[in-house]
Amino acid sequence: MSSERIAAIVGVAESDLGETPGKTVLQLQAQAAKAALEDAGFEKGDVDALFTAGNWAWSPNLMLAEYLGIQPKFTDGTNIGGSSFEAHLGHAVAGIRAGLFDVALITYGSTQRTDRLRQRLSPYVTLSEQYERSFGLPTPVGAYALAAMRHMHQYGTTSEQLAEIAVATRKWATMNEKAMMREPIEIADVLSSRWIAEPLHLLDCCLVTDGGGAVVVASKAAAARAKKAPVWVLGHGETHTHNTISNMPDLTVTGARESGKRAFEMAGVTHSEIDVAEIYDSFTITVLLTLEALGFCKPGEGGAFVSGQRTAPGGDFPMNTNGGGLSYCHPGMYGIFLLIEATRQLRGECGPRQVEHARLALVNGTGGVLSSTSTAILGRD
Amino acid sequence: MKVDPTFPRPVFDGDSTPFWEGLKQHELLIQQCKDCEQYIFYPRSICPHCFSESVSFVPAQGSGVIYSYTVVHRAFGPFAKETPFVIGLIDLREGVRMMARIQGPREAVAIGKAVRVAYHDVDDELTLPAFELV
Repeated sequence: MSSERIAAIVGVAESDLGETPGKTVLQLQAQAAKAALEDAGFEKGDVDALFTAGNWAWSPNLMLAEYLGIQPKFTDGTNIGGSSFEAHLGHAVAGIRAGLFDVALITYGSTQRTDRLRQRLSPYVTLSEQYERSFGLPTPVGAYALAAMRHMHQYGTTSEQLAEIAVATRKWATMNEKAMMREPIEIADVLSSRWIAEPLHLLDCCLVTDGGGAVVVASKAAAARAKKAPVWVLGHGETHTHNTISNMPDLTVTGARESGKRAFEMAGVTHSEIDVAEIYDSFTITVLLTLEALGFCKPGEGGAFVSGQRTAPGGDFPMNTNGGGLSYCHPGMYGIFLLIEATRQLRGECGPRQVEHARLALVNGTGGVLSSTSTAILGRD
Repeated sequence: MKVDPTFPRPVFDGDSTPFWEGLKQHELLIQQCKDCEQYIFYPRSICPHCFSESVSFVPAQGSGVIYSYTVVHRAFGPFAKETPFVIGLIDLREGVRMMARIQGPREAVAIGKAVRVAYHDVDDELTLPAFELV
């Protein structure tokens, strides 16, 4: 590892997860923020930068800061979908590197399961989405199905190989008491679950839950005052390639090819040094494409890579160790939970699902319809 | 024709109006950049390849191949009652890609198959492009 120690994650927490009737997105974020600051041993007054993303207000940063009573000297509401929070982490490191602030609070909250907002269709479609929405493609799943179908055509990837990911991820969830789905499943269960959009079955798809999370990022100097050992941000990268799926340059290659390359270069580490990977699993195909794009295997070899339960507990590529968006929780934008789990793994806090001797973690968020990616490489001393 | 009031309708605007008006006349219009000569879809005011503002609408030949497709089994709103249906990404001969329904027997749909544009008149105000196997 050659990377400088500029900034570290020093506090992480979830809010209530699953179904949270009666709770608002502000309450969930307040709950997570308080718990994450306690985890860090910090107080609200230590926070001088605020990051959030959501579609619950015209300006989530303004509303959240007012609610929490925070007047930040740096604010960032970058919203590129589910990968926003890995981007926030990268931006926080950049701001700390520039000396603009010392302690950043990143939060997310959603009550989509309770609200059922997700599939409310507007009868009018504006701007550049008007060339897709009238055909009835369910989003985002339909777009990921188009990518999966193309990958199968181009490389012979099978539904069984995609199912390997769902099955392995569920095994991790059985060891996480916060996970919503903890009953073990077999490959046959995935294949016999109903079609949503071919070739994706129900069990290829993430959950729809409520929930929130928060991450506290500190400068090296501030991290020295934290309660727990720092989890350093060694490298980060981000990009986005398109908004609508028709405009994705190649349905089999995500932006992780670029964001991952930059993160690895910045961290000065190699693929074989990564001990645990937290890869956004909105759908099984998301994971397979990401592993290829990040370079853990060659293009087209993702199916073989995940076969034989390689990513399951006991496999040689521990991945999505909290049970992922597929089995643990997925409140609309899942990226912040990848950071929370990676931090806990590197601290050795994961109990029965702890990956032994985890020193280096890779986190990759994917947002929109394979539209945005941001990658972070984290490490402990 | 009576269309479900929740049907998501495109809002014709300064970029899209010629495209939608063309479809009403059963003509598929895409854009071409006068400077770099590349074709462009969806319509816009600036060429995303060379940033020229000299872009104009031209008729597409209307033929292409299926780049990918999905059979939708769970859909929402006005589309729920239409399942299963096939949506494809079509690579037109001009080199641009667009989304549309693929008509005809689903068993015959496959990536790489040739298709030709068809027109689906939703009502007097809106015609959507569709593609049929050739």
